[in-house]
Amino acid sequence: MSRLGKIARRSFLIGSVAVAGGVAFGTYSYRKPVENPLLQDLPDGHAAITPYVRIDATGITLITPRADLGQGAYSVQAALIAEELDVTLDQIRVDPGPPSPAYYNGKVAAEGFPLAATDDGFLARNGRAFGDVVAKLMGLQITGGSSTVADAFDKLRMAGAVARETLILAASQQSGVPRSRLTTRDGAVILPDGGTLSYVSLAPVAAGLDPVTDVTLRDPADWRYLGKAMQRLDIVAKSTGTQAYGIDMQLDGMVHATVRTNPRMGGEMRGYDARAAEKMRGVIKIVPIIGGAGVIADNTWRAFAAADAIDFDWGPAPYPATSDGMWEEVGASFTRDRRDSRFRNDGDVDAALKDAKMIEAEYRIPYLAHAPLEPMTATVLLKDGRLDIWTATQIPRFMEQAAADLTGLDVADIHLHVLAAGGSFGRRLEDDYVRQTIELAMAMEGTPVKMTWRREEDMTHDFPRTLQISRARGAVRDGKVAALDLKIAALSTTASQTARLNQPVPGPDVAIVAGAWDQPFAIPDYRVSGYRVPAMVPVSSWRSVGASGNGFLHDGFLDELIHAAGADPLAERIRLCWHAPSRKVLKAVGEMSDWGSDPGPDRGRGVAFTLSFGVPVAEVVEVTNTPDGIRIDKVFVAAEVGRVIDPVNFENQVMGGVIWGLGHAMNCELTYDDGLPEQTNFDAYEGMRLYQTPEIIVRGLENTGTVRGIGEPPVPPAAPALANAIFAATGQRIRELPLNKHIDFV
Amino acid sequence: MQLTVNGTTHTIDVEEDMPLLWVLRDELGLTGPKYGCGISQCGACTVHIDGEAVRSCSIAAADVWGSVTTIEGLGTPDALHAVQAAWVEHQVAQCGYCQSGQIMAAAALLTDTPDPNDAEIDDAMSANLCRCGTYPRIRAAVKTAAAKLRGT
Ligand code: FES
Ligand code: FES
Repeated sequence: MSRLGKIARRSFLIGSVAVAGGVAFGTYSYRKPVENPLLQDLPDGHAAITPYVRIDATGITLITPRADLGQGAYSVQAALIAEELDVTLDQIRVDPGPPSPAYYNGKVAAEGFPLAATDDGFLARNGRAFGDVVAKLMGLQITGGSSTVADAFDKLRMAGAVARETLILAASQQSGVPRSRLTTRDGAVILPDGGTLSYVSLAPVAAGLDPVTDVTLRDPADWRYLGKAMQRLDIVAKSTGTQAYGIDMQLDGMVHATVRTNPRMGGEMRGYDARAAEKMRGVIKIVPIIGGAGVIADNTWRAFAAADAIDFDWGPAPYPATSDGMWEEVGASFTRDRRDSRFRNDGDVDAALKDAKMIEAEYRIPYLAHAPLEPMTATVLLKDGRLDIWTATQIPRFMEQAAADLTGLDVADIHLHVLAAGGSFGRRLEDDYVRQTIELAMAMEGTPVKMTWRREEDMTHDFPRTLQISRARGAVRDGKVAALDLKIAALSTTASQTARLNQPVPGPDVAIVAGAWDQPFAIPDYRVSGYRVPAMVPVSSWRSVGASGNGFLHDGFLDELIHAAGADPLAERIRLCWHAPSRKVLKAVGEMSDWGSDPGPDRGRGVAFTLSFGVPVAEVVEVTNTPDGIRIDKVFVAAEVGRVIDPVNFENQVMGGVIWGLGHAMNCELTYDDGLPEQTNFDAYEGMRLYQTPEIIVRGLENTGTVRGIGEPPVPPAAPALANAIFAATGQRIRELPLNKHIDFV
Repeated sequence: MQLTVNGTTHTIDVEEDMPLLWVLRDELGLTGPKYGCGISQCGACTVHIDGEAVRSCSIAAADVWGSVTTIEGLGTPDALHAVQAAWVEHQVAQCGYCQSGQIMAAAALLTDTPDPNDAEIDDAMSANLCRCGTYPRIRAAVKTAAAKLRGT
């Protein structure tokens, strides 16, 4: 094999890195191939060619290690493999596979480094490659950061191609026909005489071969699945009630359970009185767990009812007890001491603002719960020194380690079965609910325990998105935006979350300023500073993470400056934008929305732009100011994603992201009193409903060639586009979310 | 207590106030209806009682006045109901967790109102939350299903 072949083979599992030129940081431990988890205990007659393809007598299974939280990830991952492997989608099964370092996600950690996605310089490239190294060494197998498609695009296609070429080699050995005269189609190798050898029949031969790694990926012009609408693999199950989610787990002899811990997150449990609960019908056992107690019963509702009957003595919250107290703490964080980052500092903002007529504003955004519609749930069985976990998760590897730590078992004796999730939006990056269920299972050895949180438990233990305050100053000159100084104070999501994963990340937290410091605008004097608020309610990643709020803080104030300059909101953003793909996105949304035409009486149009996760997105919202309040009529979205892998799924993700962004901006917040979140169910945390849903018109641009995920980037511009549209329609500038604190919606 | 679900009559021994949802899910093993809020706010638990869309989390077992149909009784993967076929055609589901309830709400709407206008669709479907934001496709799928059921 040529030297090039050797390198390709060694770095095969990290194809995206090889393509991205991560060689600059190449070290031996980095280059060492990770073990292939499917080669362990592989029965005879099975061939595991790569960690992504398994072929045995029962058929072809594609391993799709990124969780499907509703974003269609299983289908996209399967299509990437199938395209190169040359199988039809009805010939394959998908399996999330066992947790393994081989399925590390190089793109998630890359988002943790302060490198603007627009910066193609040496530092940016190396920084991203360094992210890959860290992710690999940590064995991250995380779903998040809109990274699935970006990470998988090369890696999974290459996996499919290697499998295909190895099967061709096997067919060649079996038939005596040279490889060059063999082709493939629909799960079989085609012989020159038209005869076929199925992949399944070739699997035992292929098992004995070294994988062929000098492969060429197919020309996109020849693609059969990618770039075209495919039927999601789970669509029939999800339309017939037959998709099994974590909450639907059923096992022989299984019992039902629920838990309660202090609704003042992190507060202690001083004790509880369960005498009344113990006597209730169906109650099997009441089990103390860390920070609370669980009820095991023969029916979930009976467990809920008994948990309600337990009299807990909860300690106070380890954070300010009221929202007012929390806002005070955030507001007091704009100090030198608490300054966390200043990744952007162009020109001389202080000098520019000194002699100018200064425009100032303060913005606020609240804590927000993820509240996926399926509450947190897990099923666990501890039996004969083996622990089985059935649940939906974005962090399988961390979860296994946590289970091992909790039970004292070896990681090899922990078996995690990943089930479909009824939504996540970042919530399933935490494993608290699984650890609680493990504690219950340890008290019920030999009996499977399904634990389900009540919605109220879910809402009060959500690890919400951080609250934030921004203080912005700016100036305009000659009808143009001249200076922008943005200070953002927030809790550190990264510190909160990685501490719980035992993977603390030192240094500044990019999440505090993501979606603000890294925007592609050439404002002459331009500064973005992050301030870290001391820990309060523990927080975590919420669909689009830091950018979810910073889009509103940055673009909302930019809109104010543009209006102050008397410039056109779209034209001025385009003028300020130095990044060609972002400019195209802005121009596209202008054309789609017929920007500049008269919107009609009592109507207004707002535009907003945020670049996040490497994806520039521009949105135009059109509203009508009716006597009953604001009605959102239409939303136009243009996004640059390099390549649209599946147009239907793409449109679904964009629409879902826009509705997520608008719905929370309209009416959602978590406020606190007596240390307790005041919103505990959907009656007080509605989001958008169908009657409020606007028409959403979506366009995917494919100018950069770099494949990016779309699950999160449509979220950040939605709130500012809506607020900017409300300003255009009413003259009312709203600087606080949710907007319904200041204006009614139809 | 007797309960007829999807054409089968079951004798069940539960408290009178156990919500129908938990009878279906934990006593009868029918997991199509989902738990989302427990307080009639999300619609994930929607089933039919004598053809009417009902939030099963908020009706006590003893108050069930007729025969119950769950998503499992509406249609199956091999024999899709027209509403389910429209849901597949439009690829409505994302996480899919709300969709049993959405489909049951839509099926009840189309039984009463075979040719609903936009306002009628909004009215009938707005009690069902979808955190994934599949509403635009739900609207389109309801219209497709309505046309198919009317035979147009
Ligand atoms: S669970 Fe019944 S309406 Fe939400
Ligand atoms: S599809 Fe996820 S909640 Fe509706």
